[in-house]
Order: sequence, then structure tokens, then C-alpha cells
Amino acid sequence: MKIWFIIIIRILVITIERTLKMSDYIIEMLNITKEFPGIIANDDISLQLRKGEIHALLGENGAGKSTLMSVLFGLYQPEKGTIKKNGEVVHIKNPNDANDLGIGMVHQHFMLVDVFTVLENIILGIEPNQLGFIKKKEARDKVMVLSKKYGLLVDPNAYVKDITVGMQQRVEILKMLYRENDILIFDEPTAVLTPQEIDELMMIMRNLAKEGKSILFITHKLNEIMAVADRVTVLRKGKCVATIDVKDATKEKLSLMMVGRSVNFNIEKEISNPKEVVLSARNLVIKSSSSKKMAVNDVSFDVHRGEIVCIAGIDGNGQTELVHGVTGLDEIVSGQLILDGHDITHASVRNRSKLGMSHIAEDRHKHGLILDYSLEENLVLQRYWQPEFQNKGFIRKNAVRSYSDDLIAKYDIRSGQGSITTVRSMSGGNQQKAIVAREVDKKHEVLIAVQPTRGLDIGAIEYIHKQLIAERDKGFGVLLISLELDEVMDLPDRILVIYEGRIVGELDPKKTTFQELGLYMSGAKRDPKFEPSADQGATQQ
Amino acid sequence: MKTSNFFSQVMSSIGKFFIKMWNGILNLRKKRGFNSILASLFSIVIGIVIGLLLMLIIKPKDAFYGLAMMLSGGVSNISNIFQVLYTAAPLLMTGLAVGFAFKTGLFNIGAAGQYTVGAFFAIFGAVIFKLPWYLDILLAALGGALWGAIPGLFKAFLNVNEVITSIMFNWIGLFAVDLIIANTPRLLDTYYGGADQSRAVNVAGVNPGAKLPSLGMESLSPYMNVGIFIAIILAIVMFIILNKTTFGYELKACGYNKESSKYAGINAKRNIVLSMAISGALAGIGGALTYLAGTSQMQVTKSISPIGFNGIPVALLGMSNPIGIIFSALFIAYIQIGGNAMQPEFATEVIDIVISVIIYLSAFSLVFKQAIDKYLLNRNRKQKDLELAEENKPKAPAVETPKEGDLQ
Repeated sequence: MKIWFIIIIRILVITIERTLKMSDYIIEMLNITKEFPGIIANDDISLQLRKGEIHALLGENGAGKSTLMSVLFGLYQPEKGTIKKNGEVVHIKNPNDANDLGIGMVHQHFMLVDVFTVLENIILGIEPNQLGFIKKKEARDKVMVLSKKYGLLVDPNAYVKDITVGMQQRVEILKMLYRENDILIFDEPTAVLTPQEIDELMMIMRNLAKEGKSILFITHKLNEIMAVADRVTVLRKGKCVATIDVKDATKEKLSLMMVGRSVNFNIEKEISNPKEVVLSARNLVIKSSSSKKMAVNDVSFDVHRGEIVCIAGIDGNGQTELVHGVTGLDEIVSGQLILDGHDITHASVRNRSKLGMSHIAEDRHKHGLILDYSLEENLVLQRYWQPEFQNKGFIRKNAVRSYSDDLIAKYDIRSGQGSITTVRSMSGGNQQKAIVAREVDKKHEVLIAVQPTRGLDIGAIEYIHKQLIAERDKGFGVLLISLELDEVMDLPDRILVIYEGRIVGELDPKKTTFQELGLYMSGAKRDPKFEPSADQGATQQ
Repeated sequence: MKTSNFFSQVMSSIGKFFIKMWNGILNLRKKRGFNSILASLFSIVIGIVIGLLLMLIIKPKDAFYGLAMMLSGGVSNISNIFQVLYTAAPLLMTGLAVGFAFKTGLFNIGAAGQYTVGAFFAIFGAVIFKLPWYLDILLAALGGALWGAIPGLFKAFLNVNEVITSIMFNWIGLFAVDLIIANTPRLLDTYYGGADQSRAVNVAGVNPGAKLPSLGMESLSPYMNVGIFIAIILAIVMFIILNKTTFGYELKACGYNKESSKYAGINAKRNIVLSMAISGALAGIGGALTYLAGTSQMQVTKSISPIGFNGIPVALLGMSNPIGIIFSALFIAYIQIGGNAMQPEFATEVIDIVISVIIYLSAFSLVFKQAIDKYLLNRNRKQKDLELAEENKPKAPAVETPKEGDLQ
């Protein structure tokens, strides 16, 4: 009798424990450790996601946010630690396993097929079919129901290549909902959106949470966390700092936890003192790389010594082509480009560099660095041919090494093995620091910085902004191309807004507002000064 | 007394020498290339094991004897040693051609065609113009370079994949050479009284000055000549170009990332053409080394030279490193000569299959390299964990939490 009694009690206790656990957290990641060569990306991190909450994951770049989410999504296998769903241990070996468990992810770079319609993209991979024929009607009905329920406005028949970035993101969200995922991961979802679209996304996220979906929200933007999240887990250098309720947090407290020191949110700079023109573009026309259209149409601007000019706009309005034309990566169809008195319209990249152009490229992996080269080899990428580093075609290894060691010390570039580190193994922030060091240290008159802080953390952003301001104060011209609104408002002395390949307005960052900037960027407003004049239009025909 | 003193001194110096050597080996482990070498050796061993299994299946009685012959055949007598060196020279050149192109991001599958065209240029120079051997080699380099540069030009300016064009150029090269040899009577063996209508004349017979110098060792073996030394010197030159010069820096940069090279102001198109031309020239010299040795005659055939294609596994086994390619070419030549010693117990077809298996497995060295890297990483981590555990024992784990006071 006594034994039976004990057994029954024991079973009761176990079931109660189970149910308690189940009701508490939908996903638990316990003591996750993930290592890469030379770096511990996740060191004993635990994260618990409640049902129906918006849980932000905050951290600098290289803090391990993306790695942790990749572990949850089955892209990486952790060395240590367990993942539990509703209190039960699960093994997620690949994204399909994650999908089966109801985990969905909106990647920073959308995973959509451009030439498919919205509907085709949503059902891709799990098409409802009969004998191999897609039942489109059924799929469409289901998508429309979801779309209405969560306020995700999309046109199911439009091709993805024709719709806005904001709508593409809604398609990604619908993809997750269509698969009946109830744990949704958003990887830096606001990086590509306009202010208006960001507000919309916040609304959608709140709706989703209200309907019982649990959301993990990766970001390094404190405003968004304060606006939408319930709780926040802060990571720093691969370790978990703390998990706190957002209502107990302040921006300052969060940034202190994230960076480990207090950060100055306001960019400190003196009033600019522009001198003569150093870079002058006249009626530039540049072809689009993807279509036959002219991506840049009749663009003119001047950059003076001692000022930072920013070209602002929503991604895909001709900025990339403009930069490629100015830096010599693509040809200029017509117009004129003058650098410090020299006509460089058709000069080679090397000659532009010799005449004093420095270029922090938009895509540091595609253009800025050779990832399989060592750090020192990358630091001389623009200068290896100079007599300082070569003698009759032979590289002067010692000169390269000492120059590299100097730059590493001067610009605080951190890496596993110093000069001989393979750049691929370095963190994004330090890769960017290496590029900035190289371009700033080289002899130059004008610096073209394209999204110099993209994907970087607050500490690194602060550092790079300081460098750009120092450049300006030394009397160089700085041309900044940025999609980050905070950066557009805070850093430059002048803003030029680009829309569909044309400059549509010039704004003074001290006088304008986010709303006004947003109107110009979305093409709703246009300065009459920049209207294409009739005779110019005629000459282009 | 003195003798014992001397003895102990000798012993201690020998001991020191061994300690030094052991430390040297330990240090070697930390060097970059160590894992590559280990991986290549590993893939060779696995290839040999599978080759042995194959022999056990085909002819169990003679399998171990066959293996022993294969592994010792290359050094069983002095003539075989020279034959290994002779076979290795052109292999080394085609391997170098493929490896050099690999390093610069190009897959030159046309080494066979460049080899054939190079060989033809050398023979033409030697027989028709009566040029000495060194000028024939230069001509061969020119021919190979031309045959490599054309796919390079297509790649650079029209973005045509070099794999497709260089395969096609293998055939174009082969049949063009056949056509010219067959229609140039002075090149044919029959013109000089030979019997075979479908082969070119032996270069050495017509123009003794075109025969590669034998360095006074002709009495030991007809196969001995300067070819292998030329090949090794060129390998070292390629190593220096790739690793010590701005030109090599540019070429490798284009290979790793074409877009970044453009961004750095490197003329990527020029480099693609140059890289293919150099690669072709190396393969062409390989052709010259084969036919200027005076031991074989060029045939008018309808099949592409296997030496050109074997350049690919040679390059892979050597991890595309010119110095590594020296050793991998020697190894593959070695098992080929060793294979000959397996006759008559094994049929030539079986020998070819076994050799092919070993060569095939050698191309897996990259897979093994990744496995070794991963294994070493895991082991290092475990060691580190242990060390950390030791260090952290007395201390409590530090937890960083922000203090309210820091905020203001």
C-alpha cells in the first residue's frame, strides 16, 4: 500500500512538473555553446521564449545573435546545450526540422524568387496539389484569409521583382504563417525599410503576438525594442548579459548592457567649414546593371573640402550605380566627373585612386576585402604596387608587415593572430575597421563611404562616424551614401535625396525632419529646383 | 678517461640533435602547410589500401606480391629510378599548369591540348629549323601559351567559361597537330626511312642538338636528362612568382575575388589572359620535355594525351602548391613505373585500374584536409577546455551586470 502511494505521488509530481513547464515557455535554449575557429560565438547562452511575447535579442555585431538564431533554425549544430519546445528536448538538425517544430524565420536578405508571383513564393515548397497539379485557388484563399487576419496587405498576383521591399517582407511573414509556424524569428527586419514602413511592421508584430504567435526579434536598434518588445535578452561578446523586462529598461541602460560602457548617442561635431569643390559631378548618366534602363539619370552635385555630403534614399534608387560610376567600377554613359581639377570621367580605378579617391565599398565581402587573404595583404590592397611595398616586382614583406602592424595599432583592429589572420575569420566590425583604416590612411582628397556602418554595432558605428568627421575636419571631402536614417540625419552637413535615379531635393539636416525626409525618399515630394528641365530632356532623347 | 668523456659528449650532442629534431617536428605541426601534407599522405594511403582490396578481389594469390612490386618497383634498379624522373618531368609540368591556373581562380582543363601543341612546336623547331633544345623548349612554351591564351581571351572579354573552351581546344589542338604532321613529309618517320606512317620522326635522330642533355649519365639509362631539373626549377620559379611578387599577389587576388580585384584597380581581364597563357606555356614545356628526350616519338592518334589530364590529379594532390606538385608528380610517376613491375602477374588493364584508383583517391586530399582541420580544432578545443577548467577552479565565474551608478 505504502509503495503504491509513493508511486502515485511521484507520477503526479512528474505530470505537474511537465504541465508547469509546458505552460511557461514555448521555446527554451539552454546553455548553448557554439564555436568557430578561434572564436566562441555563443558561450553558455540561455534564452527562454514565452508564448505570445515579443522577445528582442539585442547585441553588437559579433555578439552572437545571428549564430544563436541559426542554431535555433537548424543551420548550425551547437557543441553544447539543449533546445526544448514546450519543455521537451528537441533536436534541430536542419531548417526542415525547425519548420516541423513551427519555427519560421524572416532573413535579413529575403529568400524570395524574383520571377515568381507573391502567391507562388508563399506556397513554394509545400504547394497544395492534386496529382502534381497545383491547386492555386485553395492556396490563394488560404493566403487571403491570413492576409486579412493579420493585416498583411499583399497583391498575390504581383511579381516579387515589381513590389516594394516592405511588401516583400510581408510576403516573407506570410510564408511563415502559411506554414503554420508559431515561433517567428525576425532577423534585423527594419534595416531595409522607410520610417513609415517600420511603423507598419511594428503594428504587424503586435498583431501577431496578440494572436498567440511568439516572436524573436533580432536587432541593435534600441528605439524599436522600446516600442514593441516585451522582454529583451542582451548578448555581449558571445555571452548572455541578462534578460530583462522592457518596461524596466531605458535606452541608456540597454546600451550600457550591450556595449559594456556608456555610448554617446549624439554625434559630436563642430560646424562645418566647406572650402573649394573637390569632387564635382555634372549630368551623370549611368546604366543599370540589371536592366536596360538608366539607373542614374542626369545627376549633378558638388562635394567641397571640409564637408560631408550625404546621398540619401531608399535602397535601389540608383545609389549603387552612382557609386560604381563615380569610383570607376562601371562606365559613365554621359556627363562629367572632376576630381580635384582632373577630369576622371573615363579614368581607370587605379588612376582614380592615384588622383586621390578613397572608397569604402558598400559590400565589404564582395568588393572591400579579399576574404582569403591575410589582414596584412588586405591592408595593402590599394597600395601594394607603390615603391614603399615592392621592389622590382617583389613584395617587400617586412615593409608590409610593419605597415600592417602600425595600422592595426593605430585603428584598433582586433583579430585572432594580428597581421597574419585570415580576414574571413574576423568579425564584421573589425573587417570594416580594416577597410576604413586602409582607405583613410592612403593618400587621398575625397573619401566615398557607402553605407560604412551597415550591420555594425553601436561601438563600431561611433568609431567610424568619428573617423569620417575627422576626415572632414582635416579638409578632405566626404561623400556618404547611406540608408540608415539616423546616420543620414546626424552625420552629414548636407543631404541630397535620390529617387528613381534623380536628385529630388537638397536638405539641411539641422532643419529637416524625419517626416520630410521620408516624403522626399518615397517620391511624394520633389524640390522644383531639381525638376528635369525641358531642354535637358530633349537632349537625352 | 678521455675516451669516455668524448663518448658522453658525442652522446649528449646526439641527444640534443634528436630533441631539436623532435621540436622541429612539433613546430612543423603549427605551420600552415602541415595539414595539407598530412591530408595528401592520408589520401595516398587510403588509395593504396583500396588498390590492394581490388587486387585481392581480382587475384588474391598475387595481391600482396603485386602491391610490393608496385611500391618498390620505382627504386628496384637504377634504370627504374631514372625512368621515374623521366616520367615525372612532363607530369610535373602539366600539374604545374593546372595548379597555377587553380591558384588564380581558373580551371584549365585544357592542359592536354596545350601539351600537344607545345610538343608539336618543339618538334617542328627541332626538325624543320634544326634549332637547339633550349630554343625548342622556348618554342613549345610559346605554342602552349598561345593555346592557353585563346580560352583566356574568351573568358576575359566574352565571359565564356574556360572549362568549355579549353576542352574544345584540346580536340582542336590534337587534330590540328595531327593534320599538320600528316601533311608535312619532313616531319614523318617514313621520310627518314622509318616504317610507321603515323608517327613523327625521333627528334634526336634528325637533330642531335635538339636532344635534352643527359648530363653525362647516358651510360646509366637512356631516360636520364635535364628535363626533371628544368621542371623542378620552373616549379620553384612559379612558387616565387605566386608568393613573393606583386604579379602573383594580383593573380591570386583575381582568383579569390574578381570583384575585389577590380575595386583595388587590378586589371582582372589582363590577368586572366596572362594566367591562362602562363599555364599553357607550362603545359607546352611539358610536351617538349617528353619528345626532346629522344626516347619516344609523337604519334598521329585520335586520343588526347593522358599526361595532360593527369596534371589535374597531380595538382589536386599537391594542393595546387608548386612545391607540393613536385612531390605529387614524383609520386604518380613512381606508382606508374612501379605498376609496370607488376607484370606479368597482373594484366596491364588491372594495373591501370589500380593506378587509377590511387590517383582518383588522391584527388580526395581536399576532403581529408577538411576532416583533419575539423579534428584538430575539436582536439584543441578540448585541450583548451581542460586548461580553462584548471584556471577557473579557484575563481568564481565573473558575472558582468551594469551598475546603476554607471548610467549617469
